[in-house]
Amino acid sequence: MNKIVSLLCGIVFGIGLVISEMINPEKVLGFLNIFRDWDPSLAFVMIGALVVSTPVFHLFKNKKKPLFSSNFLISSNKEVDKKLIIGSVFFGAGWGLIGLCPGPAITSLALLNMNSALFVTSMFAGFYICLKVN
Amino acid sequence: MNIVNFTPITALSGGLLIGLSVALFFIFNGRMIGISGIASNFLISKDNRIENFLFLFGLILGPLIYNQITGREINISISSSLILLIIGGLLVGFGTKLSSGCTSGHGISGISRFSLRSIIATVTFMIVGILTVLITGIL
Repeated sequence: MNKIVSLLCGIVFGIGLVISEMINPEKVLGFLNIFRDWDPSLAFVMIGALVVSTPVFHLFKNKKKPLFSSNFLISSNKEVDKKLIIGSVFFGAGWGLIGLCPGPAITSLALLNMNSALFVTSMFAGFYICLKVN
Repeated sequence: MNIVNFTPITALSGGLLIGLSVALFFIFNGRMIGISGIASNFLISKDNRIENFLFLFGLILGPLIYNQITGREINISISSSLILLIIGGLLVGFGTKLSSGCTSGHGISGISRFSLRSIIATVTFMIVGILTVLITGIL
């Protein structure tokens, strides 16, 4: 069952990225362009997502176990360290450079866009390099 | 500053669906969605590999199903040069792996949990993203 949930959640997430236009780098760059022509739309994507996910998380986190799995897997890492900050700086730079973050980048592969395919390949290379360096 | 291309209704609707996906994945599978984590674990780890693959496959099916249901074309515009796409992809991959999260993992799942780490990460990548757009706009 949890495999079906994974597929369905991927589909719903992907459709959410399309409807919100988060999948479009031009829209994302417009959101980050606060000093000139600012498009604040994507702030509403985050608000919409948090309005649903936050109460659900806090309602269910103390249950014994999830419905289709043996236990909850929640990050226990609380350390604010150099890796967190440097990683976020690198990510922010790449995001601001192109306008793609991992979810929209992978979702945009559906459009058979060669530019997004190149970006996703480089992103996977980035994961791998980080793993090898650390 | 001018406000342009503002589409709060579609942004909010899409956001609600994203939140629904995060909520269902947590209730049923017990994990908080972070796409950089799902994608990088699919690449390097055997744990939950099939679930991770199916989630990523679902992401790609999303636009196709949307297109089938609504009949609307999905247009995106990526105007960066090839070399910038490679540099940007490497930065996003390396950075999200190093900080263990991206816009979804820190920005939505982490903030839902009130994680200080995720709040700091989100503020950091937002500020750096804004500065990057500011600088590339000047160059």
